[in-house]
Amino acid sequence: MLDEIFASLFPDGHEVRRDKGVILGSATLRSGGRMLVLGVADRTALGVDEAIRLSGHVLDSIGRDSGPILVLVDSDSQRMSKRDELLGLNEFLAHLAKVLIHADTNGRPTIGLLYGHSAAGALLATGLATRVLVGLPGAEPAVMDLPSMAKVTKLSMEALQEKAKSTPVFAPGLSNLAQMGAVHMTWSNAASLADQLEALLANMPAARDQRDALGKERGGRLKAAEIAERVRDLALQAR
Amino acid sequence: MTAPLKDVTPAERARSTSFYEASARTRLELLLDAGSLIEFIGPEQREVSPHLKIFDLPEQFDDGIVVGHGRLDGSLVFVAAQEGRFMGGAFGEVHGAKLTGLLRAAREIGTIPVLILFDTGGVRLQEANAGELAIAEIMRAVMEARSAGVKVIGLIGGRSGCYGGGGLIAGCCSALAVSEPGRIAVSGPEVIETNRGVEEFDSRDRALVWRTMGGKHRRLLGAADVFADDNVQDFREAALELLGLVGPFGLDRLKAEQERLAGRLRSFGACGDAVDIWTAEGIADSQAVPELPADQFIALANRIGRTSRDAR
Amino acid sequence: MEDLSFRHPVRARASGARQSAIVGVVASGNLEVLVERVLPDAECAVDIKTAAVGFGEVWSAVIGDFVERYSPGGLRFSINDGGARPDTVSLRLAQAVRLIAENGQ
Repeated sequence: MLDEIFASLFPDGHEVRRDKGVILGSATLRSGGRMLVLGVADRTALGVDEAIRLSGHVLDSIGRDSGPILVLVDSDSQRMSKRDELLGLNEFLAHLAKVLIHADTNGRPTIGLLYGHSAAGALLATGLATRVLVGLPGAEPAVMDLPSMAKVTKLSMEALQEKAKSTPVFAPGLSNLAQMGAVHMTWSNAASLADQLEALLANMPAARDQRDALGKERGGRLKAAEIAERVRDLALQAR
Repeated sequence: MTAPLKDVTPAERARSTSFYEASARTRLELLLDAGSLIEFIGPEQREVSPHLKIFDLPEQFDDGIVVGHGRLDGSLVFVAAQEGRFMGGAFGEVHGAKLTGLLRAAREIGTIPVLILFDTGGVRLQEANAGELAIAEIMRAVMEARSAGVKVIGLIGGRSGCYGGGGLIAGCCSALAVSEPGRIAVSGPEVIETNRGVEEFDSRDRALVWRTMGGKHRRLLGAADVFADDNVQDFREAALELLGLVGPFGLDRLKAEQERLAGRLRSFGACGDAVDIWTAEGIADSQAVPELPADQFIALANRIGRTSRDAR
Repeated sequence: MEDLSFRHPVRARASGARQSAIVGVVASGNLEVLVERVLPDAECAVDIKTAAVGFGEVWSAVIGDFVERYSPGGLRFSINDGGARPDTVSLRLAQAVRLIAENGQ
């Protein structure tokens, strides 16, 4: 599946390798420029070993290359293990997110491409740390899975699925995350991905985080933008 | 509270108040200069979560976080304090947006630091998508504020620790102070055990939890730069110390952090337990670390000398 | 969840100058009480949202006793309850009255 995505995204060629679930490389854009490519494949859990390679790939590129950055995501959750937590997984995931945010706000616009699964800390450190997160049809992000949620809330799966019909706020799925403002757009599999990528690159939104406004516009997150704005206004008066 | 309050100085009261046990509001009142806290969108505004009623759950008027400004040794600071007892201090839509708004203002002003008193299990399950996105927005807002020159200090010592996305936000801060009970991690002990089995992590083994995720291990690793004893005055002094230490943020910091973390994997990547890491650090009696009183532990940590300064 | 509401005539205005105060936290067996000085001096109101359904009579007795003892004239109490026991409720109400009686904002 990933090979097909690359073929459709980069018909002019790419040098991308996959190693132990980590995607590293770069590709030629139709416009002739280069794009840095990285990501998580094969529903791999994002642990300290994967995260440090991904952040290193971006840092190596800063100063050496120019051009936008693509982060592909088909991951599990963060790696849940004693070793990863012992070594400070939170720092490794935060570091990857920081590197992506820094690149984005310093002339290297970032695009996330969610083409499979992702969850929790892995999504925060990858797709949600990019400026524009794109979903491909069939992607299955799940911040929390319903069975775990059923366990904690002591509600049946049926009850949760019933509640999920009335709100996008908790249940898994691409359309729910789109309504919240997390996923900016969903591309079509029927058209060339290269065309859709070029169209996005030609019309990138500003680097300012507007996901709360997007969530409000789409009716999925009605309070966040207003609350953040009110606190901001009050805080600005503190000067 | 048996002693007459008027005979006790604020510093004495802060010294005798456990940070771990105190509420979010009490922490802020005692951390800041007396009477200086001004809250934004306080409880009387009743900006509760719009989502908890779907689950027939009780709301809290401040949605579990206090944000505002106050003074620390006379200087203006922005503050945010999570209430770890309400829904485990978890991030929901309103809860998260209050912190996002505060950080955005701090970025625009550029000179007023932000203190975040973490106390969180991570994303609030009942509004998981909104909570996850709130954390992503906060991480971005922290980094944009730091890029604009703002110091963002995390203080971690609450009963819910600093888990899930909270751990990632903490990783974005300019510096952290942590106490022994202030655990920092992504996956909580129960989550690891549920997903990977008790052989991977026994969540009922509290000693294992403390030494893997607790404040002492995080300080020895250099993930936190200051170790605080569990009282509010110690955290106040830690915040003041860190505000004096933190320098400007830039690409060099991220490159240094890459080296710092890669070095950690090289040095300790094969260690099976925190005690092995401490032994590898050159601590002779590493088994005794969990029992060390705060002053002796601080001396030990300073001797080991690992910090994240200029490398985060 | 269950909503309960009580209104009581009160002998005297509650002392102090603060306009509002909050005590407690919403957790299992605990509650928060927000008190505001917004009513006429001879009135008191208590509005409750509770997770423990079916305890209206217990609440009525606890609130009645509280109003009799503290004479909280002019105060409106708003409670979010996570299923606290009556003695905890009484304690929080008393703390709220004490806090709003302090000088300050």
